[in-house]
Amino acid sequence: MTRVSEHLNQALHDLMESDPSVHLLGEDVGDPYGGAFKVTRGLSGRFGSRVRSTPLSEGAIAGVGAGLALAGDKAIVEIMFADFVALAFDQITNFAAKSTSMYGRPVPVPLVVRCPTGGNRGYGPTHSQNPQKHFIGVPGLSLFEMTPFHDAGELFARMFGLGRPCLFFEDKVLYTRQMHRVDDLFRYELVDDVARVYLDGAGRPDCTLVTHGGLVHRTLDAMRALLLEDELVCELLVPAQLYPVPRLPGLEDAPHVCVVDDGTEGGTWAAEVATALYPRLWDRLRRPITLVNSADRVIPAAPHLEREVLVQADSIRAAVREALS
Amino acid sequence: MTVTAAPARSPLYALDDGDLRSLLLIRHFERALLHLFEQGVLSGTTHTCLGQEYIPVALSALLRDADFVFSNHRGHGHFLARHPDPHGLLAEIMGREGALCGGVGGSQHIYHRRFLSTGVQGESLPVATGVALKLAGTGALACAYIGDGTWGEGAVYEALNMASLWRVPLLVVVEHNGIAQSTPTSAQMAGTIAARAAAFGVRHHHVSSTDAGEIRQILAPLIDAVRTEPSPLVVEFATHRLGPHSKGDDTRPPEEIRRAAESDWYDRYAEADPERFARIDREQRELVERVVAEVSARPHARPGGAA
Repeated sequence: MTRVSEHLNQALHDLMESDPSVHLLGEDVGDPYGGAFKVTRGLSGRFGSRVRSTPLSEGAIAGVGAGLALAGDKAIVEIMFADFVALAFDQITNFAAKSTSMYGRPVPVPLVVRCPTGGNRGYGPTHSQNPQKHFIGVPGLSLFEMTPFHDAGELFARMFGLGRPCLFFEDKVLYTRQMHRVDDLFRYELVDDVARVYLDGAGRPDCTLVTHGGLVHRTLDAMRALLLEDELVCELLVPAQLYPVPRLPGLEDAPHVCVVDDGTEGGTWAAEVATALYPRLWDRLRRPITLVNSADRVIPAAPHLEREVLVQADSIRAAVREALS
Repeated sequence: MTVTAAPARSPLYALDDGDLRSLLLIRHFERALLHLFEQGVLSGTTHTCLGQEYIPVALSALLRDADFVFSNHRGHGHFLARHPDPHGLLAEIMGREGALCGGVGGSQHIYHRRFLSTGVQGESLPVATGVALKLAGTGALACAYIGDGTWGEGAVYEALNMASLWRVPLLVVVEHNGIAQSTPTSAQMAGTIAARAAAFGVRHHHVSSTDAGEIRQILAPLIDAVRTEPSPLVVEFATHRLGPHSKGDDTRPPEEIRRAAESDWYDRYAEADPERFARIDREQRELVERVVAEVSARPHARPGGAA
């Protein structure tokens, strides 16, 4: 059994060993600390100056990474908490992303910005956010997220292969979960980019849920309760690439679609997925796609207050039940 | 702090024909742009470097092919001193065929070989630090041009901190012309650039000369140290912007504009060597006229067809 954080750590070891052009930068990423979530443990000892613990300078770290990429290397930048990526917004959107296309020909900028994301850990308003929505629709920028189903090494290779900067979200709660493990009721398969989690032997699901990596377990808990207590069969789709929204498989039969996203309401990834699906499913849907998001509020520190703001299994279940009632 | 460039006097060091050509190419190119704007032929905006041409021309002899140059919004002179391709640059600014960046970048966003400019103040310094990190030990350096106003941006300090900590070959060239768009330095900068560089343990050198030969002699050993040690260096030029910030937005009082003109290299070089100056001046003026005529007649550029 491998935890997601260990899987990511191993993928980084393998990547840096196989490709000497890869650099890793971030605050406190060096040993013995090994990063706030231990994802970079052991790398500085093995790869020396290719791994750098940096000053508290998110903007400049992203810029240095872009500079290394511009000079022909590859860079992974860790933002300690995803909230702080706001400090690197200019470097990511105005420099790294635009540079791939504003010089009249493709300019490769192989840069991956890793963002430990999400709440449910009581870290409070400035350390719990999911900032994905702020980076959706930036020309030249792609968004990915770690999931329990996707091989991190393959994702890093894919992101670098794009030759454009990528944000890679890693949910802090997901770090502690096991890779490749689903609730015992369900099975999963990978259809290109997308993990499809389904009830073995069941026919057409009552509802197809779409979510991102950090919400997989909460969504599975909701699916389990919907099945056992409400007799509703759900299927789940989890893309590793969040933006541009990839083609989601198997939706042609779906009587209803529900997108679950822990970003706060308004201008969300969930809305972007729905926008991508409407032209394709318009004539088959019986009702509008349901969007489930965190509340339009800051994320409180106290666990009982945080729970009310963030998407939880019971809020997903309630949304599906209400839509299908 | 008052910025005072050296008063007009005879050049200490004679320039060769190539240097004079470069200076005058930039001067006539920039004048032509303002003229084209007056005619309504150019879109957007442009920031000319009238009066500051001697800085990139002086530095061009100290930079090598392997060096990376990062330029800013006022970058035409930086480009032409390194790559004498007025056709490609004008085509880029006019959105015509043969444009350096297919017409996407325009005046402020040029990428050609190891020259890159971008339009957000200070943004290039962290990127230049990353490039310098890669170049460290090779003998090459990353040179980033910024203005005095850019010292208001946090990115400058984040980058200086890292460049000094990590001992990277970063040359920061400050064109301190005493005014940030319309705001004089006295209203936008506390303390001095020298003290700010000192705070990061970064060497700083102040240049008041406007004489390209003299500047080269002063800077050659300092820039050599950037390459060999390696280490960052801030070179602050006291200079003057003769023209407006962009097109016609000069709010300075006439006496200040007159003072800026008094430090101009143009008359000084003209007096020092009248016959040769007049010949090359005419040659470059006519060259730019031909470039304008030829590029203006080209069809519109399409992205993807960047030169």
